[in-house]
Amino acid sequence: MPKISINGKEIEFEKGMTVLQACELADVEIPRFCYHEKLSIAGNCRMCLVEMEKSAKPIASCAMPATEGMKIKTNTAFVEKARKGVMEFLLANHPLDCPVCDQGGECDLQDQSLYYGVDKSRFVENKRDVKEKYMGPLIKTQMTRCIHCTRCVRFATEVAGVPEIGAIGRGENMEITTYLEKSMKSELSANVIDLCPVGALTSKPYAFEARPWELNKTETIDVMDAVGSNVRVDTYNWEVKRVLPRLNNDINEEWISDKTRYSCDGLLKQRLDIPYIKINNKLQKSNWDEAIDLIVKKIKNLESNQIAGHVGDMTNIENALGFKKLFEIFNSKNLEFREKKFYINPDEKINYIFNTSIKGIEESDLVLLVGSNPRHEATMLNARLRKTYLQKKIKIYSFGDPGDLTYPYEIIGKKTDDIKKFINMESEFSKKFLSTKKPMIIIGESALELKSGKYIFEELKNFLRINNFVNNGWNALNILVQNASTVGLTDLKIFPNQKADFSFFDKLNKKEFKFLYLLGSDNLEIKKNGEFIVYQGSHGDKGAELADIILPSAAYTEQNGLYENLEGRIQECKKASYPIGEAKEDWKIFNMIIKKYGENEKVLKFESLRKESLDNVANFSEINELPKFNLTDTNKITTEFFSEDVQIKELNYYFSNSISRASKTMSECNHIRQKIKKTGTNN
Amino acid sequence: MSLKKVHDKQPENFSFNEDSLRKADEILKRYPTENKKSAVMPLLYLAQRQNENWIPLAAMKYIANYLSMPYISVYEVATFYTMYNLAPVGKHFIQVCTTTPCLIRGADKIVKLCKEKISPNENEISKNGTCSWIEVECLGACVSAPMMQVNEDYYEDLNEKDTLKILDSLMKDKPLKPGSFRGRKNTSPEKIQSDGEKHA
Repeated sequence: MPKISINGKEIEFEKGMTVLQACELADVEIPRFCYHEKLSIAGNCRMCLVEMEKSAKPIASCAMPATEGMKIKTNTAFVEKARKGVMEFLLANHPLDCPVCDQGGECDLQDQSLYYGVDKSRFVENKRDVKEKYMGPLIKTQMTRCIHCTRCVRFATEVAGVPEIGAIGRGENMEITTYLEKSMKSELSANVIDLCPVGALTSKPYAFEARPWELNKTETIDVMDAVGSNVRVDTYNWEVKRVLPRLNNDINEEWISDKTRYSCDGLLKQRLDIPYIKINNKLQKSNWDEAIDLIVKKIKNLESNQIAGHVGDMTNIENALGFKKLFEIFNSKNLEFREKKFYINPDEKINYIFNTSIKGIEESDLVLLVGSNPRHEATMLNARLRKTYLQKKIKIYSFGDPGDLTYPYEIIGKKTDDIKKFINMESEFSKKFLSTKKPMIIIGESALELKSGKYIFEELKNFLRINNFVNNGWNALNILVQNASTVGLTDLKIFPNQKADFSFFDKLNKKEFKFLYLLGSDNLEIKKNGEFIVYQGSHGDKGAELADIILPSAAYTEQNGLYENLEGRIQECKKASYPIGEAKEDWKIFNMIIKKYGENEKVLKFESLRKESLDNVANFSEINELPKFNLTDTNKITTEFFSEDVQIKELNYYFSNSISRASKTMSECNHIRQKIKKTGTNN
Repeated sequence: MSLKKVHDKQPENFSFNEDSLRKADEILKRYPTENKKSAVMPLLYLAQRQNENWIPLAAMKYIANYLSMPYISVYEVATFYTMYNLAPVGKHFIQVCTTTPCLIRGADKIVKLCKEKISPNENEISKNGTCSWIEVECLGACVSAPMMQVNEDYYEDLNEKDTLKILDSLMKDKPLKPGSFRGRKNTSPEKIQSDGEKHA
């Protein structure tokens, strides 16, 4: 490997690195504003100047490729003078309004001016003033503070794939703006707030809420979709003030989606804080004793097959296991977690996870989407698909029309007949698919929901197995699930039976259930007709509306728990705050019921729930790691083919779960997306 | 009114006329097909010529679609370069050079005449709607200072009397012939000394 000398220290570096990256290898910190690892190099802030031997002028280390034998110095008076000069220019037009700026305390410019700022300004002219720009309901702008690093422009164009931010004008008149000041049409737009090194782009919902040093930071994960993005939840007392991304190159890199970031204001609204009981068709405030009494009385009067439970989209594994154990006590097997009737085969692990893994997408050379819109169903995964498209120009194909995915793709069929042709090697595309080395198929819930769902999944899997695309080195079979709980609950076998058929839904429609226990489940379609419904959850949403008894429980930021993301990676969601009012953690509520039911010896303990749930997870390797690969030779499953359209069900992105539906920010985003103009009546 | 800010009143639609389309095709031939967006600058200028010396938003959108590039990129280019006018200007758009060599040779007098004859302020269209004027930096014709540019033509070696004639002709929409107003050709020296030797 080539060598470079940094401050007299010889260090080896990889070919293609820049001087700045080589300096980082040598543990030398270089100040920077415009450079960012995940974005292209702009080299326009000039803060990263270093001294290079045989060069009369300082060089911008972020843009200079490192070469063999270079001698770099970063700690000389020459470098310091150069950086001080740059900083003086950056501050010439910067307002220095740190006391009223939301970035204060976590501002790159503030931090670096501590080392390179001069104590007084020689700039006696008027500072320039730039009007605020409108960038949508999430981004607050104060463009006078902008130092024109163009990180936001590069992010929008490269990562988000919506080239809508740009720099207009030039010189003194240069301004960063969206095209005609419209809001960005992206689910990743708010990441520009994190990227902005100064206070030009700040968070609108979080404006003037708190200072960074006042907040308690909890490193946890997100449950808004099945990706399991790594996040940091910042709380002030019990209130969740904001959610920020955490670096995890295997999952979300450095970004999170807008829903992950801004649903958190939904945690403060519509909360269930005490138990409610429906009396005379009206929900009345009650207390735990009364509510639990009534539930146990109802259950004891019913036969076990009349009792059913449904587990919701954001339930963690431990609570779901506790719920299953509770139903074992009731002697009922009527459990389900699916909200729609989509086919799932729980026999082996590879049948219900995203086997290629999110990072693995980058290795693939062809992607086939089957009835899936990854942009809305798993935003971070879509960003990775786009990244791979940009890097390798891979071909992407789709069965069904998912709409704009931020990268070009080709629709090769809109009917299941086209899928059949593909599987039977009757189409041109089959040959193209087989000629690649690392193809991947992504099957969405919309495809599995079809009548041919079973056919599509089993035959595609068979197709891949025959052609040796399912092995330890490369696994092309991928299921894209939508809910954070889906994979974990499939591992726990929260199904009415081993086959995971739709008997729960059939019985529900035939009104065979007299008692329905909803555990945080708001997306299940129920036409209520005489059932007694218990809703246990955190938000007064669709489930609570139907309920006869409401048991308030903790939201995902208020209890510890494990979640399994769509890759089958188990991650821990940590308690950042406390449940509101009389609300309790879910498993504690089950314990109250178990005790009242008279089964004191079966009381649940959190540690044993966790241990047991990990034992239940198939092919489990380690926390935060991908599961082990294991292929059992299962018998061929007989399937039935139906000719129908591959309809991709539109997911209402900003309103997909009870927390985002309670969030004011999300509803504003939704309003803008649907182009509903505010009438002004709300003010 | 600034020419670099998007104008309030925008036409709904814009599309190249036949003549422009033919020219646009020729322009596109100069660039490799995968880099056709390089043609954005000549196309913007083409649109400006077709649309009475200014570029409406609709034209930027049209060009963006024409070259399959994002709207914002075309917008960035159009706002960056000073020769693109984003607001209406006169049919005869007069650019008076006021950089040092011209100023020494009396450009301020030309500016004064523009103020009197056309409009009291820069970028204001004259009452009859034919002309507007603007002060610009060096147009690279210092050798024939003072000078001004009207659309694509240079009027050079001006004095007050000639400028007045030119402005009058422009206001009447019958422009005089451009070039040197002291009869010079290709900025050649004016006098030949008595001994017959030419002086460069």
